[in-house]
Amino acid sequence: MNSDKKELRVNAIKNGTVIDHIPAQDLFKVIKILGLQNITNTMTLGNNLESKTHGHKGIIKISELFFEDDDINRIALAAPNAKLNIIKDYVVVEKRQVQVPDKVVGIAKCVNPKCVTNFEDNITTKFTVVDKENIALKCHYCEKITNKENLRLQ
Amino acid sequence: MKHKSLVSIDDYTKDDYLKIIEKAAHFEKNPVQNILNGKVIATLFFEPSTRTRLSFESAVNKLGGKIIGFTDAASSSVQKGESLKDTIKTVANYSDLIVMRHPVEGSARYASEVSNVPVVNAGDGANQHPTQTLLDLYSIYKTQGTLENLNIFMVGDLKYGRTVHSLLMAMSHFNPTFNFISPEFLKMPKEYKLFLDSKGIKYYEHEDFTEYIKEADIVYMTRVQKERFSDPIEYEKVKDVYILRNEMLKGTKENLKVLHPLPRVNEINVDVDDNPKAYYFEQALNGVYTRQAIIATILDL
Ligand SMILES: [Zn+2]
Repeated sequence: MNSDKKELRVNAIKNGTVIDHIPAQDLFKVIKILGLQNITNTMTLGNNLESKTHGHKGIIKISELFFEDDDINRIALAAPNAKLNIIKDYVVVEKRQVQVPDKVVGIAKCVNPKCVTNFEDNITTKFTVVDKENIALKCHYCEKITNKENLRLQ
Repeated sequence: MKHKSLVSIDDYTKDDYLKIIEKAAHFEKNPVQNILNGKVIATLFFEPSTRTRLSFESAVNKLGGKIIGFTDAASSSVQKGESLKDTIKTVANYSDLIVMRHPVEGSARYASEVSNVPVVNAGDGANQHPTQTLLDLYSIYKTQGTLENLNIFMVGDLKYGRTVHSLLMAMSHFNPTFNFISPEFLKMPKEYKLFLDSKGIKYYEHEDFTEYIKEADIVYMTRVQKERFSDPIEYEKVKDVYILRNEMLKGTKENLKVLHPLPRVNEINVDVDDNPKAYYFEQALNGVYTRQAIIATILDL
């Protein structure tokens, strides 16, 4: 039964966080944004799983790790529909939805090749989110817009 | 003022614009003062722009300040690969204010963040050139006696022209009507038209000069640059459509003034120069007073 399978996946960790409904093509972006490649917690990754609502999806399960809202919202650029389940003692104690933040600091690259952030080393990029639905970021420096289609991570 | 530095025209509010205009008028009456005595102003021109640099340096000299700096990147440490941050931090040690022009977009904002003295943006690539906009506002105010309820025509390259974009944003505080005259592919970008819609500001688009010019209070001319055209034949076809000639000013309003950020190529025929409605050379002179006002305001003098 479908719901049983889902339960099994979600409850497979004792304490930690499950990030579900990540678009399959963006799973590795999410990993990079959260810096998961640098931590030693037990982690299970699934990708290209069938999703009832979003075609193919990715899922991340991390033991003993709980995120701050700011961290979670950073992944909104890659996975705006992602859902988080917070697990305590094998039970989902909280569900959280990703929210697109007002400002994006140090994640995205500015699409403008003439932007100072693409010339000078060690500048942290800063953007104001001017369209949350379609993801449009206005660069704090060159004032040009970076869209979801041309979004690259710094 | 939100910021000490002047990087983008949006850094200033409507009130700030009016204060600068008032101060510019004061400097126009008394252009030679010694208020910058003992102050050092750095003019860092990472790309040459003789016109803008001379205007700033004239403004500083008339106020008794000293100038240090360079006129193009080739003669500076930039050529040795020094980062912008290091150049700015070093120069900030030796000066009370930095005026900078740089071909890289956003460089002035970045400089204002790493500098501990105020930075005035004298042009950062295709992005911003706020002192040009403020001198345009002063020119409009001076010739019309107000900034409110004016009919402003913008002509030429409205797509890439940063001066018209900044002027549009600044004038949006004063209930204007806009008329845009440009070739189809150099039209005012959608984002600016959406902005005007959101503020309930009226605008009309035309592909050539028509009788409508009789309603204009200000005609703001810009260059249609050959480089913008992928097809040289297309350029030849449109280039003469956007030339303002003296006979076209017949029957226009008494108070009409023709503005242009200069340098011009051929978009204003020389036969306009003697018409009292031609204002572009005075406009350039207004740049000195406006820059005096900007520097004095930023340094609290
Ligand atoms: Zn940028």
